[in-house]
Amino acid sequence: MKKIKSLFLIFAVLLFSSVSALAKTQLTVYSAIEAEDLKKYAATFNEDHPDIEINWVRDSTGIVTAKLLAEKNNPQADIVWGLAATSLMLLKSEGMLEPYSPAGVDKLDPKFRDSANPTSWTGMDAWVAAVCFNTIEGEKNGLPIPTSWKDLTNPVYKGHISMPNPSSSGTGFLDVSSWLQIFGESEGWKYMDALHENISAYTHSGSKPCKQAAAGESSIGISFAFRGAKSKADGAPIEIIVPTEGVGWDMEATAIIKGTKNLDAAKTLADWSISLKANQMYNDAYAVVAIPGIAKPVPFFPENLVSSMIDNDFDYAASNRSSILEEWQKRYDSKSEPK
Amino acid sequence: MKKSRDDYLTIFFIAIAATYILATLALPMYAILSKSIENKEGLFIGLSNYKYYFSNPSLFYSIYNSLFVSIITTIISVTLSFMFAYALTRSCMRAKPFFKTMAMIPILLPSLLAGIALIYLFGNQGVFKALLMGRSIYGPIGIIIAEVFYTFPHALLIIITALSIADARLYEAATVLRSSPIRTFFTVTIPSAKYGLMSACFVVFTLVITDFGIPKVIGGQYNVLAIDVYKQVIGQQNFEMGAVVSVVLIIPALLAFIVDRIVQKKQISILTARSVVYEPKKNKTFDLMMFLYCSLITLFILTMVGMCLYASLIKFWPYNLSFSLKNYHFDLMDGGGWDSYYNSIKMASYTAFFGTIIVFTSAYFIEKARTIKTARIMMHLLSMMPMAIPGMVLGLAYIFFFNNPNNPFNFIYGTMAILVICTITHFYTVSHLTAITALKQIDYEFESVSSSLKQPFYKMFFSVTVPISLPVIFEIGIYFFVNAMTTVSAVVFIYGPKTTLASVAVLNMDDAGDIAPAAAMGMMIFYTNAFVRISYVIITKKVLVKFQQWRTK
Repeated sequence: MKKIKSLFLIFAVLLFSSVSALAKTQLTVYSAIEAEDLKKYAATFNEDHPDIEINWVRDSTGIVTAKLLAEKNNPQADIVWGLAATSLMLLKSEGMLEPYSPAGVDKLDPKFRDSANPTSWTGMDAWVAAVCFNTIEGEKNGLPIPTSWKDLTNPVYKGHISMPNPSSSGTGFLDVSSWLQIFGESEGWKYMDALHENISAYTHSGSKPCKQAAAGESSIGISFAFRGAKSKADGAPIEIIVPTEGVGWDMEATAIIKGTKNLDAAKTLADWSISLKANQMYNDAYAVVAIPGIAKPVPFFPENLVSSMIDNDFDYAASNRSSILEEWQKRYDSKSEPK
Repeated sequence: MKKSRDDYLTIFFIAIAATYILATLALPMYAILSKSIENKEGLFIGLSNYKYYFSNPSLFYSIYNSLFVSIITTIISVTLSFMFAYALTRSCMRAKPFFKTMAMIPILLPSLLAGIALIYLFGNQGVFKALLMGRSIYGPIGIIIAEVFYTFPHALLIIITALSIADARLYEAATVLRSSPIRTFFTVTIPSAKYGLMSACFVVFTLVITDFGIPKVIGGQYNVLAIDVYKQVIGQQNFEMGAVVSVVLIIPALLAFIVDRIVQKKQISILTARSVVYEPKKNKTFDLMMFLYCSLITLFILTMVGMCLYASLIKFWPYNLSFSLKNYHFDLMDGGGWDSYYNSIKMASYTAFFGTIIVFTSAYFIEKARTIKTARIMMHLLSMMPMAIPGMVLGLAYIFFFNNPNNPFNFIYGTMAILVICTITHFYTVSHLTAITALKQIDYEFESVSSSLKQPFYKMFFSVTVPISLPVIFEIGIYFFVNAMTTVSAVVFIYGPKTTLASVAVLNMDDAGDIAPAAAMGMMIFYTNAFVRISYVIITKKVLVKFQQWRTK
């Protein structure tokens, strides 16, 4: 009898679990956050909302943006969680975002949310440009440690620098847009012309230059601080350099895609994405998060990083995104293989 | 003549097979062609996309670069594999089976892994960097070395076949006429193998010009056509331009395919019933030289694979060389984690299972049926077409065809099914040819006898044809499995969030700069394929012998 009872119990549990598996809402989430964080973010969210299953579509910023634009008439994504705010501003101007003010939006730093009411997007954290310098390779190749962006155009670095391609990488784009703001349009392009002479490769992703520098495949990688800190924690012989002119940055942000069939679940995720718990999770790796005053220092981050963030004009970057990229491709992409 | 039930069944099955190929190849290809003459809104704009594309000067670099690496690779790969095949067929050196097995290793790896191996061997932190004397491995040098590695076994198999059908009488005649060995080589050996050599050239050329994995990993800033397709589609999501470059890419592949077909037809006719099989004679110096040459090539292949194995187990290349399994923690990387690996195994198994059934059944009807001859010939020609279509082009065509909301099969988009269908179609032709060759060896009398005994053909099919053909059926299944595990080109455009694949994960991890984990995932694919191959050898030795006893009698 006992056996039958326990069998029955097992059966009931199985039935229940399969029913609950069926009942889970499937949410397609487009994202550009670092791959190693995907599982952590989903699991932390599921602690509070086990009934929503996140199906990630992750790629570099430029690719996720291009994918969303290409699917404009037949959207596949329910929500975007972790994409550059400049990209989301562009999507907003295309009328692709569902305006929704998540619960607790007023707790965010005003910089970290859409100024419209209701908001179309909300920020998560800031990711900041930085230069990874491999000290062992630098010494071997007789390279001085650079301290500014301008230093990188020194012919001594020829062939030793890699940087992300701004059309595919969000990090690449924030570099380019920040140089245009720091140096001004014409000086900025002149700066990139000079830098181009020293670049060994334009990579697809924003983390690759720093990973290459960490592995000694190149000596200098123009990348972002988070990646540098991670590699340094792994034991890579790199210095994370914050150029003296100031560094570009962008926000990772969240927005609901207009036309989603899972609006309620998307709203749940949007609410959660700006909660205190979520912000503390972002703080594991990012020194600046959307809720002011809660961030703790992140290990291996350069101290002067936050104070060096430029006063970024996001409207400028977002509204000129396609013309900047077109100009960049014309100058460097087709020129990349002269034969 | 009244048609029998068998005839109707034949017509029915041929119709199904024809519909399958039309729906999975012809219609998607039509979709890609029409996409290339449309704008973003789907309106017809004539050849403006082509005009725009051809006005871009960087295109000519891509065409030039593609042709350059393809031609150089073809010359090197065919020369090396010819010498290797020559050693295997015309010398009495030791360890021939060992060398032949080693030479097949590259088939079991995703082509990208060759690029990754070169980064570790010759990159800026490479073990043998000094050998390049200051030149960079990123670029044409790297592409060509990796492509030679990748195409070597493909060329070798074709040339071995060509060299093993030598007619001993010609060599006797040459000896009698006191021809020097070198002269005999150029007047007898080369001419009798010339069709095999030409065929090998075309196969290698097509493989290289349509491959994008290797240039992606090791090409640096060196653009080739296949990379252009990838950049347009994945990087810019500009599908119309992707379609345009695809059409440009089909042209050389299609030309090579047509010439190869013509050449292959000629090859069959040089064998006559009176030919005497050539037996190599012992020659100490020559055998030793051949042995050394084969050892050298084997050493190169093993170094490439061994380097990836080693690199995948190192904690932090090149600064912390202690061993660790951290690179196998795929869940922390791009590409979908361990799920990708399991998905790949699922995908490869489905592809092997359904692919073999579809290919073998339709080959059976094409070869053995007695009715509707014209339809069967047409069907055979259709079965040859997939080989002419580069994988990336096929994958892109699948997006256009299946992601169209008006397509009744739209629901399979983003599922495992579309990956399986695409992969079966991609590798259809070679499996089809294997099946046809095997079926030709079975006497047609079987069909005549069974039909005069008034037995339905399917009874005959299941009780005679299938058991006799079991080795070849397994061979086809393994061909599908191994290729489904390693392919990147077609599936890179159509995998979905729940159907990420191991081979694509290798690509994505490399893109993100995680080269060691990419090597680790590539090695997982290798272990799996090697395991399947070795199991096959054991099974054929132990189990299939039962079905094959008649052959030895």
